Amino acid sequence: MIILFDLIILIFVVICAVTAITVKDLLSAVMILGAYSFFMCLLWTEMGAVDVAFTEASVSAGIGTILFIAAIIKTTRRSKD
Amino acid sequence: MIRKTDDIIIRTVARILVPFIQIYALYVIMHGHYSPGGGFQGGVILGASIVLLLITHGLVETKKKIPEKAIALFSSMGVFIYAGIGVLCLLLFGNFLDYGKLSVILNIPPAAARAMGILGVEIGVSITVMAVMISIFTSISTAEDHSKYDKEH
Repeated sequence: MIILFDLIILIFVVICAVTAITVKDLLSAVMILGAYSFFMCLLWTEMGAVDVAFTEASVSAGIGTILFIAAIIKTTRRSKD
Repeated sequence: MIRKTDDIIIRTVARILVPFIQIYALYVIMHGHYSPGGGFQGGVILGASIVLLLITHGLVETKKKIPEKAIALFSSMGVFIYAGIGVLCLLLFGNFLDYGKLSVILNIPPAAARAMGILGVEIGVSITVMAVMISIFTSISTAEDHSKYDKEH
C-alpha cells in the first residue's frame, strides 16, 4: 500500500507490455510477457490480493509461457513473405 | 518432437527438483481453505512438475511414468469427484454441494464435515487441472509439423 512502490511496479508493467507487442522476435516477446506476468504478480501482492497473485504466478508465468514456447517451436524464425 | 536432452546437469537437476515441486503443490492443495492457494493453483503446479519432466526427459520416458490413458482417466476422475460430492449432499436431503449434510456419513460435527467436503472438492479440481495441463502440453508439442504440411499442399 505504498504509493511510490505501486507506481514503480506500474511503470515496469507498462514498459513490459509495450515492449512485448512491439518487439519483432516471437521468442523475445514471450520472454517479455513472462516478465510482465511477474511484475503483475508483484503488483497484485502489493495491493493485498495474494490469491490472485498466486494464480498469476503459477498459471500465466509458469504454464502460459511453456505453452507459448511449445507453440513457437512449431514456427520458423523468419517470415516467408 | 520432445526428446531427451543430452545435458546431464539439466537432467539431474530436473530429476531432483520434481519431488519438491510436487510436495509444494500438495501443500498448496491441502492448505487451500486456510491460506492463498487451492485446487486450481496446486493442480497447475502439479502439472508443471510433469511438464518439467517432459521437456527434460522426453516423451517416451515420461509415458512410462504416467501413461496417456492414466491422464485421460484423471481428467474425468476429478470432475467425477467434484460432482459426486455434490450429488452425495443432494442424496442426503441437502442442497447441491451442501457439505454440512456429510456429517451423517463421516460421523463428525457439521463444521468439520464442511472442511472435509471442501477439501474433497479441492482434490477433485486439482486432479482434473493437472491432467488437462499435461494433455494440452503434449497435444501442442506432438502435433504435426505445419511447415512440412504447407510445402506439400
